[in-house]
Order: sequence, then C-alpha cells, then structure tokens
Amino acid sequence: MTWADFTLAFFSLDILRQAWPILLSGLVQTLLLSAMVVPLGLLGGVLLALLSTVRSPWVRWPLMAWVDVFRSLPPLVLLVFVYAGLPFAGLEVSPWGAVAIGFFLNTGAYYGEILRAGIESVPAGQVEAARSTGLSRGQAMAWVVLPQAVRNVLPDLISNTLEVVKLTSIASVVALPELLFQARQAQSVTFNATPIMAAAVAYFVLLWPVVRLLSRLENRQLAGRR
Amino acid sequence: MAAIVRAHGVHKHFGALHVLRGVDLEVAERELVFVIGPSGSGKSTLLRCLNRLEEPSGGRIEVDGIDMLDRRTDINRARQRIGMVFQSFNLYPHMTALGNVALALRKVLKLPRAEADERARAALERVNLADRAGHYPGQLSGGQQQRVAIARAIALEPRVMLFDEPTSALDPELVGGVLQAMRELRESGMTMVVVSHEMGFARAAADRVVFMDHGLVVEEGPPEAVFGAPREERTRAFIRQIDRH
Repeated sequence: MTWADFTLAFFSLDILRQAWPILLSGLVQTLLLSAMVVPLGLLGGVLLALLSTVRSPWVRWPLMAWVDVFRSLPPLVLLVFVYAGLPFAGLEVSPWGAVAIGFFLNTGAYYGEILRAGIESVPAGQVEAARSTGLSRGQAMAWVVLPQAVRNVLPDLISNTLEVVKLTSIASVVALPELLFQARQAQSVTFNATPIMAAAVAYFVLLWPVVRLLSRLENRQLAGRR
Repeated sequence: MAAIVRAHGVHKHFGALHVLRGVDLEVAERELVFVIGPSGSGKSTLLRCLNRLEEPSGGRIEVDGIDMLDRRTDINRARQRIGMVFQSFNLYPHMTALGNVALALRKVLKLPRAEADERARAALERVNLADRAGHYPGQLSGGQQQRVAIARAIALEPRVMLFDEPTSALDPELVGGVLQAMRELRESGMTMVVVSHEMGFARAAADRVVFMDHGLVVEEGPPEAVFGAPREERTRAFIRQIDRH
C-alpha cells in the first residue's frame, strides 16, 4: 500500500465532495440533538441535586437507587430499552422522544451527582447567613448556594457536557441520522473512509474550543487553590 | 421598659448533649447585653436559638412580640426583624459588597433594584465602607468583610442585632474597625445581644453582662458588678482567666 493509496482511502477530496451534503445534514442533527439533550440533562441534574438536599430517608433511598441504576446502565442499552420497550407499555415514542427520555435519565444522573457535590462544597454558614436575613430555603438555594455550587464544579460540568455531545452518536441506533450515522452511510456507499475522517474533523472543530476552555478553567482553579 | 427579646426556659439538646438547660434572657429596647462564658457554655447556641437558626428543644422565645417557636409564625418575616452577624462573616463570595447587602432587600423586601442598591449603599456608608461597594469579599480584609456583614444585617432595619463572636476570627489590628461600627450602631439606639470576649468593649459599652456556664445563666448584672465584684465562684474563675490575656 502506497501513500497515495492511503490518502485515497482516508482523505479523498473527491469522495468528500460527494458526501458533503449528507455529512452536513448529519452535523445539523448532531447540533440539534446536543441542543436538546444537554439542557434536558442539566434540568434532570438540577432536580436530582435539589432532591438530594432533602434529608428524609423516603427521598434519599429511592434517589440513590435511581441515580445508581441510570449511571450503571449503558446508555445504548437504555436508549434501545426506551425506544423498543416503552411501546409494550402502550407508549409509542418517536426516535427524538426516545433520545430525549434516555438522555434525561442517563445524563441527568451524571449531572445530578456533579451538582450534588457542588452543593455540598458550599459551607453551611452561607445558608445560615441567607436565612438569617429572611430568605426562604428556596431563595437561599437559588441565589446563594447554586451559583457557588455551579462555579465550584464548572470544570466537571463542562467535561461531562463534552462526553454528552459525543454520546449523541448513539442516537443512530434509533435511526436518527446524526453525524456519525450519516458518515457511516456515506462510507458504506463509497467504500471509502473519508466521510468518517471528515466526521472526526467536524467533532474536533466543534469540541476543541470547549476542551481548551476547560483546561484554562482547571488551571485557574488549581491556581486559586494555592 | 418593653422587652424586645424574651426567652424563657430554653432547652437545646444535640443528641445526648444537653447544651441549654433552661435559659432565661430578657433584653429591653435599646439595651446592649453582653453574653460571656467559657467555650461550650451554650452562649452561641442560645443566640442561634433566638432567630431559630437552631431549633430549641423546649422553652418559649418571643422577639418583638412574635412567638418565634409557633408553627404558624412566618419565620422568614420574623427574621427580617433580627439581624445576625457571624464569627466567620459568611459573606457571599460571588457577590460584591453591595450585592451582599442588597440581596435580601431585593428578594425578601422585593424592592426594585435601584432602590435596593440605594439602601444598600446607605448601609455600607454607616459602616464606613461606601468606597468598597464594588469589591468582592475576597478583595476585602477580614475587618472590612465583617463590617459588610454588619451592613447586610442592618440594611433590613432590624429591631435587634445578634452578634456571634464578631471579632474572634480577626487579626488584632482589624478588631478596632468592627468595634467602632458596633459602637456607632449602639449610639443609634440599636438593641444588641453580643456574644464576645472583647471585655474592654463590654466594660465600656454594655448595659448588662450575662455570664453563662454549662447551659445556664450563672450570673448577670451591670459590667462593673460582674467584672468588678462577681458573686459566683465560677464567674470569678472565668474572669481571672480572660483577664490574663
């Protein structure tokens, strides 16, 4: 195999030109998916984290079980289960609906654990000060605790978000034509790996700025701790 | 004289620990009461029971005519009348000094932002920190942080102020500014309950000194009496000890 064969198999401009429209549509789907599942996961995470501040064992044990189950189940299995399983319970879900539910459950559990750690990192004196000025429990949480909690775990939140965006590729199992799904389609039609390479480049261009931001944040936190 | 704070037979258990064992405390309007006692005597717990940051296990507490332990009492409204200053300041690190003071004005009193900021600025003015309004707590000295905390409490125009060891986390050279702010507050007629070891300040400013030990009030009276001629042996031993420092 020569160098020319290699570039022809992996980096063929000709193939790229042909596959471009389908890749672009996949990229748009991936962006839309991310724009849906990241906020959904964050919403689930905030709900779980808030529930974790309730001391009652009637909340704590079910919550722990919930988080454990949805962190242990492989997201792919969970997604298939939601898409293929729910109809048996009389609930017909679209591919988008299945992805929304699956990611809400899985991603929410991860964001929830991160936010819970953040909430626990805020000293009790902060809540006491807020409550002593007449703020309700909810107001103290919203204005004093959560902003500090999010700031304390921001690198972990961003890191998890990177994983979630990459994980949207599993939406292909419910026939959602996201970027990687489209790339594989193009690959199987052209017998050429160039579309996969192009998809990889697209992911990189999309996520690399976030990765840079993340490491800057981590460095700053390390510096702040000194 | 009308009492603003009336606490009667207050008990507090922490598990097996009996921290308050039937404490009575009355504070009259415009009075400055100093609560002293060895660590573990329950003085901070008593203070925290007064605004129900700590839930008393028994007894009665009335502040400004409001039954603090009645389940029907809106505790958030009641707390607006009771300012509190903490040993470790507890300023919100993600907000400026002005933001710290304005938060409750906006969220509790529901004042519009401009009005809340104006009142917050006036409160900072009272502790001589108007020029630090835009600074974050991390950019302020301990003494300045504690004065912002005082401003945060007085901005709500409380009827009584509780101070929980307000100077014990401060470097000695920073204590003066905080005591000065407290003195000015006192001169404005604020009712104050102060848990502290600042005996000089107690001698100069307190109307009454309450000595606590083992969860009970052992002795109380005017500062000259409690410091000068304590009746109880336990009080004498404690004052000997702190006077040595």
